[in-house]
Amino acid sequence: MNKYLVNLKVNNMPVSVEEGTTILDAAKKLNLRIPTLCNHPDLSVAGNCRVCVVEIKGARLLAASCATPVSEGMEVFTNSEKVRIARKHIVELLLSEHNADCTKCFKNGNCELQDLASEYRIGDHVFLDLVKPAHKIQDISSPSIVKDDSKCIRCQRCVRTCHELQGISALAVTNKGDHQKISTFLNKPLNDVVCSACGQCINRCPTGALTERNYIEEVWKAIYDPTKFVVVQTAPATRVALGEDLGLPPGERVTGHMVSALKKLGFNKVLDTDFTADLTIMEEGTELLTRLKRALVDKDETAILPMMTSCSPGWIKFQEHMYPELLNNLSTCKSPQQMFGALAKTYYAEKINIKAQDMVVVSIMPCVAKKFECERSEMRDSGYQDVDYVLTTRELAMMIKQAGIDFGKIEEEHYDSILGESTGAAVIFGATGGVMEAALRTAYEIVTGREVPFTNLNIQPVRGMDGIKEASIKIKNVKPEWSFLEGVDLNVAIAHGLANARQLMEKVKSGEANYHFIEIMGCPGGCLGGGGQPIPTSPEIRKKRAEAIYSEDAGMPLRKSHENPEVIEVYSKFLGEPLGHKSHDLLHTHYKPRKRY
Amino acid sequence: METKLKKVDIIFEDDKTISPIGILEKTIKRSADEIILDLIDSGLKGRGGAGFPTGLKWKFTRNEDSEVKYVICNADEGEPGTFKDREILDRVPEKIFTGMAICGYVIGAKEGYIYIRGEYNFLLKSIQAKLDKFNNEMKQKHIDFTIYLKSGSGAYVCGEESALFESMEGKRGEPRNKPPYPTVAGYNNKPTVINNVETLVYTTMICHMGPEKFKALGTTDSRGSKVFSVSGDTPIPGIYELELGMPLNKFVEEFGDGDAKAIQVGGASGHCVPRKKFNDTIIGFEGIPTGGSMMIFNSSRSMYNVLHDYLEFFTEESCGQCTPCRVGCQQLLKGIEAVKRGERSPSYLDDLKKLTNTMKIAAKCGLGQSVGNPFNSIVDNFREEIIY
Repeated sequence: MNKYLVNLKVNNMPVSVEEGTTILDAAKKLNLRIPTLCNHPDLSVAGNCRVCVVEIKGARLLAASCATPVSEGMEVFTNSEKVRIARKHIVELLLSEHNADCTKCFKNGNCELQDLASEYRIGDHVFLDLVKPAHKIQDISSPSIVKDDSKCIRCQRCVRTCHELQGISALAVTNKGDHQKISTFLNKPLNDVVCSACGQCINRCPTGALTERNYIEEVWKAIYDPTKFVVVQTAPATRVALGEDLGLPPGERVTGHMVSALKKLGFNKVLDTDFTADLTIMEEGTELLTRLKRALVDKDETAILPMMTSCSPGWIKFQEHMYPELLNNLSTCKSPQQMFGALAKTYYAEKINIKAQDMVVVSIMPCVAKKFECERSEMRDSGYQDVDYVLTTRELAMMIKQAGIDFGKIEEEHYDSILGESTGAAVIFGATGGVMEAALRTAYEIVTGREVPFTNLNIQPVRGMDGIKEASIKIKNVKPEWSFLEGVDLNVAIAHGLANARQLMEKVKSGEANYHFIEIMGCPGGCLGGGGQPIPTSPEIRKKRAEAIYSEDAGMPLRKSHENPEVIEVYSKFLGEPLGHKSHDLLHTHYKPRKRY
Repeated sequence: METKLKKVDIIFEDDKTISPIGILEKTIKRSADEIILDLIDSGLKGRGGAGFPTGLKWKFTRNEDSEVKYVICNADEGEPGTFKDREILDRVPEKIFTGMAICGYVIGAKEGYIYIRGEYNFLLKSIQAKLDKFNNEMKQKHIDFTIYLKSGSGAYVCGEESALFESMEGKRGEPRNKPPYPTVAGYNNKPTVINNVETLVYTTMICHMGPEKFKALGTTDSRGSKVFSVSGDTPIPGIYELELGMPLNKFVEEFGDGDAKAIQVGGASGHCVPRKKFNDTIIGFEGIPTGGSMMIFNSSRSMYNVLHDYLEFFTEESCGQCTPCRVGCQQLLKGIEAVKRGERSPSYLDDLKKLTNTMKIAAKCGLGQSVGNPFNSIVDNFREEIIY
């Protein structure tokens, strides 16, 4: 349907925009920035912070420009005296109920309220301090997320994130008036509610009210401890986003710089989660084929389809809370992070002759749910906690700054070996659809002996930012041992963001779906949009990170997980075969139902 | 002293010769456009306080192209000092039902809802019985309209129409962004007429007696009469239907105890008029409008306490969604306390007055926008009582 053009003037400048456009966006077209706080490109319009108010000629009230559509002949003023006074008042009011202890705040320097306060040069507080002492008690119950109500400005971005993007509503508005706050069911600690620990709320919190539980000091301490051998692993999606926190534009690939910086920070070995991503494909691909055989040939009722990926710990926790009846659909594979930890403290420790108890495994992750995951009681198969500390991409950027490393100028370096080699199939784990694509590249080849029938191995149907993607691949001319798959249409589905995951789960539960394999990533865009990635986030930023991921893949000499020489070696020298006895002990896990309240 | 207050008997008029359902039957024989014209001609404005012309509201909603539309009676009478809707709901609910059904006929709605404040739940049983009877009668007469009751839970803000819709939809009662207005997207995002209890009764009565009789009452800007809730320092508290446009001094003569120092017109969110302004204050849309509440304070009352009570009320009843209202109300309350205790200088009151102006133009809904009314009128007229 064609939309009408609406003509209006903003600050006396004429502009034409499609009907339905907000004043905020019309002003953007004129390169006029109107400040906002509650507005976010990923979320529905709230119009509640009122920072974006503008004056409309002839109107009694100022209008929230984020929530007001343009109309023909409208004359808008974004910086009139009325507007400036009101906007300054509003910022002052927000500051009066905000614990503005900026120098002590984890978000110091990356806070939208701080920016506004600085922009309007709010000096002495006109108004009275309204911060409630009770709000200063942080909720640190979650290993992933710290909630500090004294920093909260009630913009409800977290509430909308949790509801709209993640379909969980662990966070909601409670009470009214001066008692209004963002809280959980019955005000329980975050760790005791349905929170998936995905951290998407952190990515959209304009202030320091929601931050990751940070382990920077613990990691420094381990690095400085001469008795410890500290190895670090880096997740696929960190290499396409870290630069954003270090002054580079979104979508810049910084793999070599990141490795170099990590070495300079003092980690004894810099290794790659991509290695275990390849390993995951071997295990999970084999698991899928085995399940298919048990289900289709042996008619084994315990072989449950569709099989669902298990790399995303936020998704796992979501499933444990919301769909405990579908836990057997989950692949038993640990996530690449945890496979890495288990191998590091066994196979690798043995190889380099370090005692497991002296080894500290640190992960750099785009994720905060990984912090929760590494503390799960199931994740101690090496005899120790397999992964000791998880840092977000943001925390790593802070360490790099603290160490005085000039990130843009350092030489690129390579990952250490072993546990440092990877393929393009591993790096695409960082984007929604990536695990699926990597699994198909390998599984298809195992079954048919041929590469997947897509140009340059790029399986386009499973790529892109649609919330739910579906694809079907016909398997033809199979090897004799896979004859049961001859002519089978392999049906797959992919979802990212837990609200989309929920939709898929409902289809699976109702029996409406006939998928064989489902990939779910807890965060929008997959790990590249993870809760531990640089702030801000937006569809455009995630798109750029995704492009970087796929170009990283395209540039790799090896593109298929089963061709990773270190993976081949770990099977021949240590694990035996995928799904073998040792794999079972170290690389696979189980799940447990969790209460919803 | 030539005139006395003109008392009127329209709302509660007990005319045995005509039944509400009879008015309905008679009215829906006319065309919708004729009814709208009559309402516009009568000059009837919303009696909830905001004063939007009722006929126009119906016309806008009628003009919307939608299969589903709604009529909602706003019976969330929460303004402190207002208790007239309770009486109407109790005594003449059929006149409300009739107004709703006429509106349904005019705009093309098949469903109506009465949203009653939680504190009036004691009325539900009797209203429901009368409503069942009325719904039945409409059914028998093949009038395709059904009215339902919905009960609120006691939040003041749910009297704000869009918060009321949210509440009715089972969500947290928070005002919506406007536009769109209810006539375009109200309950369930369908075109909706939402009228105050009293307004709906007047529509019934205007349809019954014709616009002329109504128009003859009141002034050019404030046609007709209105039901007032009179409380405070008065020997005769209660509800009274009076002609609009009356001067406040006449009102005080009738209802005061001889020692009135101030009248709070329009409830907590209304304006405080001091004695010296009684003579030149008109009660109506050209002067000080009111949803009906008239609170009389005599010289024994502390206006600091009065304002403090109001601000406590707003601090608690703000939905908390928008910054100017949530934080503004708290700052006003804590601010006058600080001035009273001498922790802030008296001139801080002027800073707070500027803040009320921001609240008035930047808050999301009428609640935050109107807190400045009592604040400024009390601070301006009783400044020394606030400070000392």
